[in-house]
Amino acid sequence: MSDDKLARMANQIAAFFATQPGTASEGIATHINDNWPGAMRAALLAEIAAGGAGLAPAVIAAAPRLRPPAKAAVRD
Amino acid sequence: MKDFVLPGRDMGTPARQGAPVSLTIDGFAVTVPAGTSVMRAAAEAGIRIPKLCATDSLEPIGACRLCAVEIEGQRGTPTSCTMLVAPGMVVRTQTETLARHRRGVMELTISDHPLDCLTCAANGDCELQDMAGAVGLRDVRYTPGANHFAQRTAEAPNPEWRPKDTSNPYFTYDPAKCIVCMRCVRACEEVQGTFALTIDGSGFASRVVAGQDVSFMESDCVSCGACVQSCPTATLQENSVIEIGTPERSIITTCAYCGVGCSFEAQMRGDTLVRMVPWKEGKANRGHSCVKGRFAWGYAQHQDRILKPMIREAITDPWREVSWDEALAFAAARLTAIRTASGPDALGVITSSRCTNEETYLVQKLARAVFGTNNTDTCARVCHSPTGYGLKQTFGTSAGTQDFDSVEHLDCALVIGANPTDGHPVFASRLRKRLRAGASLIVIDPRRIDLLDTPHMGEGLHLPLRPGTNVAVLTALAHVIVTEGLYDEAFIRARCDWDEFADYMDFAARPENGPEAVAALSGVPAESIRQAARSYAGVPNGAIYYGLGVTEHSQGSTTVMAIANLAMMTGNIGRPGVGVNPLRGQNNVQGSCDMGSFPHELPGYRHVSDPAVRGIFEAAWGVRLSPEPGLRIPNMLDAAVAGQFRAIYIQGEDILQSDPDTRHVAAGLAAMDCVIVHDLFLNETAAYAHVFLPGSTFLEKDGTFTNAERRINRVRRVMAPKNGFADWEVTQLLANAMGGGWAYTHPSEVMDEIAATTPGFAGVNYAMLDARGSVQWPCNDAAPDGSPVMHVDGFVRGKGRFIRTEYIATDERSGPRFPLLLTTGRVLSQYNVGAQTRRTENVAWHAEDVLEIHPHDAEVRGVKQGDFVRLASRVGEISLRADVTEKVAPGVVYTTFHHPGTQANVVTTENSDWATNCPEYKVTAVQVSASNGPSDWQTDYAARISAARRIAPAAE
Ligand code: SF4
Ligand code: SF4
Ligand code: SF4
Ligand code: FES
Repeated sequence: MSDDKLARMANQIAAFFATQPGTASEGIATHINDNWPGAMRAALLAEIAAGGAGLAPAVIAAAPRLRPPAKAAVRD
Repeated sequence: MKDFVLPGRDMGTPARQGAPVSLTIDGFAVTVPAGTSVMRAAAEAGIRIPKLCATDSLEPIGACRLCAVEIEGQRGTPTSCTMLVAPGMVVRTQTETLARHRRGVMELTISDHPLDCLTCAANGDCELQDMAGAVGLRDVRYTPGANHFAQRTAEAPNPEWRPKDTSNPYFTYDPAKCIVCMRCVRACEEVQGTFALTIDGSGFASRVVAGQDVSFMESDCVSCGACVQSCPTATLQENSVIEIGTPERSIITTCAYCGVGCSFEAQMRGDTLVRMVPWKEGKANRGHSCVKGRFAWGYAQHQDRILKPMIREAITDPWREVSWDEALAFAAARLTAIRTASGPDALGVITSSRCTNEETYLVQKLARAVFGTNNTDTCARVCHSPTGYGLKQTFGTSAGTQDFDSVEHLDCALVIGANPTDGHPVFASRLRKRLRAGASLIVIDPRRIDLLDTPHMGEGLHLPLRPGTNVAVLTALAHVIVTEGLYDEAFIRARCDWDEFADYMDFAARPENGPEAVAALSGVPAESIRQAARSYAGVPNGAIYYGLGVTEHSQGSTTVMAIANLAMMTGNIGRPGVGVNPLRGQNNVQGSCDMGSFPHELPGYRHVSDPAVRGIFEAAWGVRLSPEPGLRIPNMLDAAVAGQFRAIYIQGEDILQSDPDTRHVAAGLAAMDCVIVHDLFLNETAAYAHVFLPGSTFLEKDGTFTNAERRINRVRRVMAPKNGFADWEVTQLLANAMGGGWAYTHPSEVMDEIAATTPGFAGVNYAMLDARGSVQWPCNDAAPDGSPVMHVDGFVRGKGRFIRTEYIATDERSGPRFPLLLTTGRVLSQYNVGAQTRRTENVAWHAEDVLEIHPHDAEVRGVKQGDFVRLASRVGEISLRADVTEKVAPGVVYTTFHHPGTQANVVTTENSDWATNCPEYKVTAVQVSASNGPSDWQTDYAARISAARRIAPAAE
């Protein structure tokens, strides 16, 4: 997935939580953890690690709360 | 005698509610509710009084006088259909006088009716015949005279005779057989609400005419079939009955088109479907239907249906017809190879909202248990995913709160971003009935929808907002409600968190949320916003109905929250006549969401990361499940382009046509190594497929659909699958080809598995559905009879939650290059991408997609009615014909997406809802200009698609 698409999705989520009472980064992290697959979260974390150009500050602030992808499920 | 009263029999007049009244009829004691007619009371006792103009779906008018009775202590012979019961009344239904009177009535009626019973299409199914028999008519003593049925008299053509009207493709009107009972006229008014028919002239000269005496097709008739169903003679008759003959048995099933979920009798002769008649006992439709469910089922027999599996190495090859075994082995080998090379997350599925709950459940199970990934999504992604998200956040459950009967109790209907007369016609008829009875209507929609032109309705208010400003307008309604103190404090304190409301109140009261500020950006006058808020908050029962005009926006989920907030703050939740009601698009959108089609939720909306929930399914399925949410459809396509997602199984969906930004969808599909399409027809998506598995229609399988009111309705097999297997069997074959080891022998076993694993369905099984007809989930120990209304004593999540709804303008803004806003929708006669309806006579009503444009915008562009115009957005362009109309506001254009040749989604963009990625179909900045014909994409596409559809001749 292209980086600017991810950034756009994350920024849209951030824009909503910025309007809510409480810390935006918490809402952002929960929403992304619940809805994004591991690969997309990993890509976002990598983008943040690379400086996070184009990402809303609240998205960058959410990074510590973003769950790193789980190990691929093992099939019995 | 009561034992003989079968359900579904015509009771003569509608049921009433009232205090019990006791009377005697022919010596039998009967007790019925006050307000009941003598005719119905007799029918309750098993006595069928002869009748012609009365039927229990319509109010009686006492026109034919055949139903006369004698009442002790009263003079004369009153008509029993209009005479109401009274305590102690003594009624006689059969005396010498009555018999003579009735024969006289019949004799007169028959004297102006042709006597060609043997060759009549209604032979054996004609109430006039039945009544002639019932009253003992043996002789017609009138000498042949003036009549309506003879084409010629002895001397000259008969001026009273009229030829048949065959303008409607589905039914015929033969005026020669009309007995002027006015049932059809009343059905069109009372049941359908269209008022297309009238009685022209009076006495002998009277006759039924459509519109101002034009053909049915030229009139306002919407071909719902209500008049045909009510006609006691062959005057209005289904063409299929004229062609085939009368049916010999019927099977109750459910319409497979829209989310209303109408129940039908599939009336059969052998394994030939003769006609579909709406079932009176159906709780969603109460005996009514629209043109699609009633008549548009011809696609099931259409020659375009593909009945043999096909495969090909590459999408540039022609298709090769193969056996089921070969197709499944080919598919399984490719899927397995891809999984080995790239891991389970390179595979995925798309479930269908057109298929049954059982089929959907199996497709998501295939992904999770056999492929080993949560990459499952559904077309609900592109329509109602924000409903699921928004209502779950606010109320705690991803579904509408009411049943359709609730509409009979509302005082104000607030309709937002929906066009029920076209999208949900039977619901629209029921709403129109309520509007005629005095309820008020508020419509928030960029277009002036037809509901606003309901004949004989009371107050109607239209808020024609600029596309994309829903959140602003709804928050402004909340502003008026909180600043004018119109909220229901007792309800909020009891049911919601007061502090959260207080926060929302502060937020809504901000000046930027006031009607004046919002008027500037939405184009809706501040006064209209105030008036709408006051009428919705001011009535005892205010009900919100909404559609895709709410969800298909970048702020779709926020809009759903704003709607939930309005209902909570006015206390309009938890009883009949109120609530928040999403009008679902396809027949099983609700069900496909319930069944775990979403990549982050197992069946019953439970998150995949929850180990307890995974444990339930791991035990049931005997596999380990992934705790990671899977990819959504748009993410699957993105990942495909990036080479990470390689194989997909798509059941009953045409994502190339239905999803936004067609070029992007095409690029994603083209990048995959194994696309399996399971469908009735070689749809547009199949152009990119390597495996085609033929599907079956709803007539060919057992299962259940869940409609917009959470009602689980049975779908019953009325004929054998023409392709050999019902869709659930095909999924099972594929699963087993990959070592799934499934052994279902009937869909009822799938439902049992759903009930065992999903709390809201715990009480559901086929035996119960067969006994009760239908049930609304949740249905379990806490609610053994199901749940017509939700959140009655408290919200599912505990306290209702108010969430701030700040307006954030979409990125899709009109500007100098693209100064107009395009919004999309659908028409009555066609259905979604039209794969089915385009293959029926329904094309008579909608042969092509057109672009609605306001006269002002048309004039400055030099566009005239019917001109070909070019419609361009920043992602693509198409050409189509213009319809210059004031239904759309200046600055807004509108089209439908029923025809693949138009390809409206070439111009829609990849913008989507912030929470769910539901695409923003309802707002695209566009330009319109004159054009001479199809765009390059359309021409190329036509060539490409026909190349991709080639089927190699079978090798001998
Ligand atoms: S088909 Fe429906 S709309 Fe048409 S005339 Fe009959 S009742 Fe009216
Ligand atoms: S068309 Fe049928 S329903 Fe209508 S008035 Fe004639 S007989 Fe009655
Ligand atoms: S399309 Fe909808 S309204 Fe029409 S018959 Fe089918 S379920 Fe009913
Ligand atoms: S049935 Fe009562 S008057 Fe016709």
